[in-house]
Amino acid sequence: MNIVVCVKYVPDAQSDRTFTEDNTTDRVGVDGLLSEIDEYAVEEALKIVEAGEGEVTVVTMGPEQAADAIKKALQMGADKGVHIVDDALHGSDAAATSLVLAEAVKKIGTPDLVITGMSSTDGIMSVVPAMLAERLGLPQVTFASELTVDGSTVTARRDGDTASETIVASLPALVSVTDQINEPRYPSFKGIMAAKKKPVEEWALADLGVDASLVGLDAAWTRVESFTKRPPRAKGTIVADEGDGGTQLAAFLSAQKFV
Amino acid sequence: MAEVLVLVDHTAGEVRKATFELLTIARRLGEPSAVFVGEAADAAAAAGSLAAYGAEKVYVVSDPEVTAYLVAPQAEVLAQLVESASPVAVLIPSSPSGKEIAARLAVKTSSGVITDAVDVQPGGAGVETTQSVFAGSYTVKATVTKGTPIIAVKPNSAAPEEVSGAGTVEEVTVTLSDLAKSAKITEAKPKAASGRPELTEAAIVVSGGRGTAGDFGAVEAFADSLGAAVGASRAAVDAGWYPHSNQVGQTGKQVSPQLYVAAGISGAIQHRAGMQTSKTIVAVNKDEEAPIFELVDFGVVGDLFQVLPQATEAVNAAKG
Repeated sequence: MNIVVCVKYVPDAQSDRTFTEDNTTDRVGVDGLLSEIDEYAVEEALKIVEAGEGEVTVVTMGPEQAADAIKKALQMGADKGVHIVDDALHGSDAAATSLVLAEAVKKIGTPDLVITGMSSTDGIMSVVPAMLAERLGLPQVTFASELTVDGSTVTARRDGDTASETIVASLPALVSVTDQINEPRYPSFKGIMAAKKKPVEEWALADLGVDASLVGLDAAWTRVESFTKRPPRAKGTIVADEGDGGTQLAAFLSAQKFV
Repeated sequence: MAEVLVLVDHTAGEVRKATFELLTIARRLGEPSAVFVGEAADAAAAAGSLAAYGAEKVYVVSDPEVTAYLVAPQAEVLAQLVESASPVAVLIPSSPSGKEIAARLAVKTSSGVITDAVDVQPGGAGVETTQSVFAGSYTVKATVTKGTPIIAVKPNSAAPEEVSGAGTVEEVTVTLSDLAKSAKITEAKPKAASGRPELTEAAIVVSGGRGTAGDFGAVEAFADSLGAAVGASRAAVDAGWYPHSNQVGQTGKQVSPQLYVAAGISGAIQHRAGMQTSKTIVAVNKDEEAPIFELVDFGVVGDLFQVLPQATEAVNAAKG
């Protein structure tokens, strides 16, 4: 079973995330890391391969710093990495990202499974997995909170607001996972040492045969026109409960017409 | 006037409020055409309520194969309608499935897609949207620069306006590709109804966290006194105290109600990402240093098991 995991390097949510002058997310001036939900994707891939055999390849598209996301996945146990890095990619939208990732998956050699997180922690759009399935012509088995791979079939539990669904598809398939699916491992000391020797290839757009005019900010199908920092919230009233905290809370809600 | 396609969100023909909001938004941009995917028997009732909120046309797609497979068939249905009706925009509920339908439709029609819009107005070359990003710390305005704007819109983004439309029903026949039929929904276990409003649609949300120690009784009772939805922090969900479908935060639901009450929730960035844009925020927490107090309009430093029952009683008394 060969698995490709697509991961994203994102600005740390604990830091002050912001934009650059061209209205794109600042990915260089802010501390970044492997998008948290992608750790669940890596973990799921490792579990599947460990239960049988095969190889886990981690792919990311992003600036030089994005190599850190691959490194973390290799430390967790993935076998090799592919870093798609090209100045022309700056400002790419979800459509262009899915195009580039799809070509990378094809170049690796269509695996049995392509696994991603359900969304990144920066854009939180949840569209790239569905776009990848569309572009690769693979069954889309997304938002999996439980996954079983049995021979040539994949079965997932997808929890919605009104129902919990069971999704069944044949391999090869594209799977996206939620943070309910497993508990990602921490890299062990052995894993950290082993990762240093694992192969990471750097690919440019030319290596994928993708024309630079199809990606980047100028080719994006959407445009951020402006961004405004939300004003800080005005300081509120805080009371210590001295036996009437609940009554005071109710009085506040009444005054605000919520009751 | 050009059509605006609105994908209808419904349960057995009962149309959800968020769809009426989309019809209201659609009227700013053109003539609303609702796209109903579901059983033919449910379509008639749905068509009536859709017309009452301004739908001029109701496309009915009743082929059971469309809902037998995940997401992809609905994207093909919409792609077919985009081709035949040349709409000025397509509006879709910004739910996980809705965003994925939007994603595939965007690739199929080479069109720009925007998700999580909290406002949609005419502007630019077609529409201008507003989103709240980076855990609610920035407001972004965006436009679609290619193809037909495909916008996934969050609940509570407009006040639904009743206005009668013709509601002309048009049956749509679809031919699905083999690819669209590759991820089969073999079982759907309905969730037990809580009797409370849906989390993302609710005007008031009361959430519990680690401080509940697993007992959501006080949180639920207070929510019920206010007619609120119940949410939970990631810590509470990870501990198995409350279902993941109620999780508010970065990896759960992003809510923006009129009133958000956080009980026993410290207010880590993970949680703030899901509730920071709420209009009024209230917190009850034993720890006066809890970061949630930086956000509140009103906060009580105290034990939620003392404060919430007292507040519940006072609210119920005030309602008479």
